[in-house]
Amino acid sequence: MFNFILKRLAVAVPTLLILIILSYVLMHAAPGGPFTQERAVPPEIMANLEAKYGLNQPLWKQILTYVTDVTTRFDFGPSFVYKDRSVNEIIAQGFPITLTYGTISFVVAVLAGCTLGVLAAVYHNSWLDYLAVGISVGAQVLPNFVMAPILVLVFTLWLGWLPGGGWQGGEWQFLVMPVIALSTSFMASIARITRSSMLEVLNANHIRTARAKGLPTRRVILRHALKPALLPVISYLGPAFVTMITGSVVIDMFFSTGGIGLFFVNAALNRDYSVMMGITILVGGLTIIFNLVVDILYAWIDPKIRY
Amino acid sequence: MIIEKEKMTSLADRLVEQEVKGRSPWTDARKRFLRNRAAMAGLVVLVLVLIFAATGPFLARFSIDEIDFMIIGQVAELGGPSFETGHYFGTDDLGRDLFARVVQGTQVSLMVGIVGAGIAVIAGTLYGAVAGYAGGALDNLMMRAVDILMAIPYMFVLILLLVIFGRSIGMLFVGIGLLSWLDMSRIVRGQTLSLKNKEFIEAARATGVSGFRIIIRHIVPNLLGVVAVYATLLVPLMILTESFISFLGLGVQEPLTSWGALISEGAGTMQYGTLWQLAFPLFFFVITLFGFFFVGDGLRDALDPKDR
Repeated sequence: MFNFILKRLAVAVPTLLILIILSYVLMHAAPGGPFTQERAVPPEIMANLEAKYGLNQPLWKQILTYVTDVTTRFDFGPSFVYKDRSVNEIIAQGFPITLTYGTISFVVAVLAGCTLGVLAAVYHNSWLDYLAVGISVGAQVLPNFVMAPILVLVFTLWLGWLPGGGWQGGEWQFLVMPVIALSTSFMASIARITRSSMLEVLNANHIRTARAKGLPTRRVILRHALKPALLPVISYLGPAFVTMITGSVVIDMFFSTGGIGLFFVNAALNRDYSVMMGITILVGGLTIIFNLVVDILYAWIDPKIRY
Repeated sequence: MIIEKEKMTSLADRLVEQEVKGRSPWTDARKRFLRNRAAMAGLVVLVLVLIFAATGPFLARFSIDEIDFMIIGQVAELGGPSFETGHYFGTDDLGRDLFARVVQGTQVSLMVGIVGAGIAVIAGTLYGAVAGYAGGALDNLMMRAVDILMAIPYMFVLILLLVIFGRSIGMLFVGIGLLSWLDMSRIVRGQTLSLKNKEFIEAARATGVSGFRIIIRHIVPNLLGVVAVYATLLVPLMILTESFISFLGLGVQEPLTSWGALISEGAGTMQYGTLWQLAFPLFFFVITLFGFFFVGDGLRDALDPKDR
């Protein structure tokens, strides 16, 4: 187990370093520096500005400084556009919001998806099964940026039940639509995966044995079928996490929830490179850590995996 | 003994006809695909969408950036879909013809999807086949590189690329192409591993065919089925990626448009009662994705007989 974790770390650490270096080099290669403005700045002022942000040093030295700052102090430097704010402050403001509705969506997607998938498999070829299959096929073509406008159209414009956006400290009315928009496609994917693996497990020998022993169906499913059936779901959680974080950009933009996604899009529109890099690296780091945890969890739960 | 000549020839003919006609796996696959109703419906939808994208420019009575000054300012009252004004799909919020814009958006989105999948097919197949065929340290190195690239949150890096190098269709192709081949290379590598120990590869090697030639002439043709299935399933994913970026306003630039941008515009104006601005692009987006997913699933069922 220890060796396995070490091996995964040996991939994870270089990945993060490559991500940091890659985004820095990309930023450096951008035509027109971060201070290129419509009004030409006198060269002396430009030199001062570059000195202030350390951009006059050789590239390798800049990268070294940036990597050390990020990895040792979690310091992503100052924003290039908002002179009075650092990237850290922007992340500190937006990230808790993203984390709140992201976690809720994640839990909802996993719970609802697993339940739907298990029910569909247990009641194979019933209306419940068809409903689950229908939902998971339909949700494939309804990504969050399609769900969001449709939800607002129905619940805000037609029915007038829910506010069309905002955050207000995370009151429930403001959470409902972001959570539904973000979690639907994952719920569908998880339901599809659970259903097919549950169907496979229900035909396995140990289930037949359990049934032959005369165990009640409920017990057969909960005790014997559920655990092996949910294993593929665990390995799906890694990619799901990434797509969910990506999806939060749409949620933040469409519902004005004020999470990091909004800052990312604004930074992209303002060419605020340091904020973009900071958020990209933060998301990349989280992804890598999450994948690591999922891998370890999987190896720990699945007795078939030898590491 | 007198033998009836006619009878003999007819018997002989029947004997000749008895020879069994061979059925290739491709014939089988085509038959299975043609019998799959969902896949055929998907194919029909896709062909219709293609015809729409190809003939649309000749039907449109306005160009994509022409502003109809009769309508601007009263879009909700006058800009609706109608044949009289020539705006079959109505106009957008700026009084531009939505039909022309949806046609143009369809072209861009389809192109991005197909080019992205094309890059994935070429780069991913070659990369995966080389890694799988070479094996050993090279395979290890190449696949670790793919692992690392896959762990990068590509949507964010793609947006970073687009912002840094300018938002253009070319850059969108490069960016989407850069990430689309990763999954394909993994799948192809797995298939190559199982192919490379087969007898016909051994025979080729024994007769002195070079490694690269074996990959091109003997491995790749045998991968076509798998590659075709995943390429078809990749197209909608590429379209989704592009639409996502365009929805955020970071994709193709005005006056060019794409489904994502049109959906975003339509969603932004729906509270003014101009629902058609959301409905038309959304309709084409949804049916096309459905089409590709159904055709992809159908191809998988048709080309992968072990599932039945």
